[in-house]
Amino acid sequence: MGKTLFDKVWDSHVVSTIENGPQILYIDKHLIHEVTSPQAFNELEDRGIPIFRPNQIVATADHNTPTMHQDQPIRDALSRKQLEQLSENCEKNNITLYQLGHKYNGIVHVMAPELGVTQPGLTMVCGDSHTSTHGAFGAIAFGIGTSQVAQVFASQCLLLTKPKSLRVTVNGKLKKGVLPKDVILYIISKLGTNSGTGYFCEYAGNVFEEMSMEGRMTVCNMSIEMGARGGMIAPDDTTFEYVKGRQFAPKGEAFDKKVAYWKTLPTDSDATFDKEYSFDAEDIEPMITYGTNPGMGIKISETIPVDENPSFKKSLAYMDFEAGESLINKPINFVFIGSCTNSRIEDFRVAANYIKGKRKADNVTAWLVPGSKQVESQIIEEGLKSIFDDAGFELRQPGCSACLAMNDDKIPQGEYCVSTSNRNFEGRQGQGSRTILASPLVAAATAVEGKIIDISKQLN
Amino acid sequence: MEKFTTLQSKGIPLNIENVDTDQIIPARFLKATDRKGFGDNVFRDWRYQKDGTVNTDFVLNDSRYSGSILVAGDNFGCGSSREHAAWAITGYGFKVVVSSFFADIFKGNALNNGLLPVQVSADFLSDLMQAIVSNPETELVVDLENQNISVKGLGLSENFDIDPYKKTCMINGYDDIDYLINNKVQIEAFEAQKIY
Repeated sequence: MGKTLFDKVWDSHVVSTIENGPQILYIDKHLIHEVTSPQAFNELEDRGIPIFRPNQIVATADHNTPTMHQDQPIRDALSRKQLEQLSENCEKNNITLYQLGHKYNGIVHVMAPELGVTQPGLTMVCGDSHTSTHGAFGAIAFGIGTSQVAQVFASQCLLLTKPKSLRVTVNGKLKKGVLPKDVILYIISKLGTNSGTGYFCEYAGNVFEEMSMEGRMTVCNMSIEMGARGGMIAPDDTTFEYVKGRQFAPKGEAFDKKVAYWKTLPTDSDATFDKEYSFDAEDIEPMITYGTNPGMGIKISETIPVDENPSFKKSLAYMDFEAGESLINKPINFVFIGSCTNSRIEDFRVAANYIKGKRKADNVTAWLVPGSKQVESQIIEEGLKSIFDDAGFELRQPGCSACLAMNDDKIPQGEYCVSTSNRNFEGRQGQGSRTILASPLVAAATAVEGKIIDISKQLN
Repeated sequence: MEKFTTLQSKGIPLNIENVDTDQIIPARFLKATDRKGFGDNVFRDWRYQKDGTVNTDFVLNDSRYSGSILVAGDNFGCGSSREHAAWAITGYGFKVVVSSFFADIFKGNALNNGLLPVQVSADFLSDLMQAIVSNPETELVVDLENQNISVKGLGLSENFDIDPYKKTCMINGYDDIDYLINNKVQIEAFEAQKIY
């Protein structure tokens, strides 16, 4: 029987199998950041265990960094300490760190692919659930807890039980104004937040084949929001073209050899999956969420469903929405374009293209936070910054920012924020804040109109 | 890691589905660089109002309930991979979380911190919630050796699954690092002959 893409990558990384137990899985690349690594460094130090393969670790500062005045000392003492500790730990252990201000600094899931650290066929982990992003390259990539960060530090391996396989196929032609973010929000709204738990998901079909790497990353990024530990897309020419020439990518003949190997990775035609779903691209429209988990999404043109479940009602009460109501024309005061889901150059091009010649509504605070220093430079080089400036949008410096509001970028109590991030949990963007997830296009349109609009109608 | 064999305790019913790790420990408390003190802020924004006053409607503030077993709704621990969520729950004093479904990363993090996730059927969970709400003094017994959870005096009982390797780790207080380090020779041999 044939093998899936996931099987091929997983099986080639199994060091050994414990009888009636988990497998030892070898990890090629370990990405770390300031929030989930310090306790792991401490643990190894306390136990006198050295870091096993420091040259397979790449570090960045992203979760807890300011998005203004990055050249100045960080004011918050705890945040400053956390970043200093990351620098110390990396220096002590010979780990490459792209710290705040470095030209390669950025959100871990934006900067690692940009540098070519992310490649097909690899196993990659990070103490962050959105590590699933890197699956866009045909890598097995998933988020881990801090105890597991310590395990990878100590052995470059993890003890894991092989997850089950799931395939989501989307074929057909996407409508105008439907972006990769809408595709994944649509899938999660159909399948729910725990449909993927215990599974690794492969996305297949012409919709994903025709997507750019940026779009594939947006899709794989949100795999965890349906519970799947990771998502993958078969590597193809789009993937190879993206990787080629990047800092850490193999060069010359070595690259050609890798490509020959990467071409063997896609799922065999006779391989089977434990679970399969398929959707029709024509059914997808620009999406928006109305509740407090990413599965609570609707097409913008639809109304909020009616459900008697107490948790569903609690969620609507938090959002101050009514079952059966439409979100069109809801006034919105905050818009955030950023996060590891949608902070790549393509996302800002989409936004700029819509915004050009328009101005944000007076009631709106609109934050644009690039995913990395490289994206920031590109925004300036391509002239997008002047479009944003003219339209009254605020371009800030790179970081996770208002996606999780660990730094000062918080949405005030009770306010709605149309956000391109990945989670609309209660208080995610600041205590008492209310998040509405959407694509960069919908976010840009909301900022211009000062309210939610039916973008499809406007485009057509 | 602390060993776990059996536990008899009262339970606290948190009858909410999809409890995410941002609710268990909000991001603004993730700035610490050690594992201590997270218990003080567990479910912070449900336990307290924004002005710092106690939210008397929340179950952890209901003096009728006590114990070291948290009984929670479906899909517990979804969202972020932050292990701080497991540290916050154990830091508050819980040793077991019962639910009808757990998110993957949370489950792994719990097991790596001596916090036992007990997955039961939806029907059993509903009976258990009911039993605790009608009598907060209800005693629960979690027996890891026999993989069983029961309610004293009510004849309610159900077996639960756990990975045999993880069960051994919990009972003996072992963690994965010891196991992996002991396999270093094999890991180095693997590195020498990687096929990709």
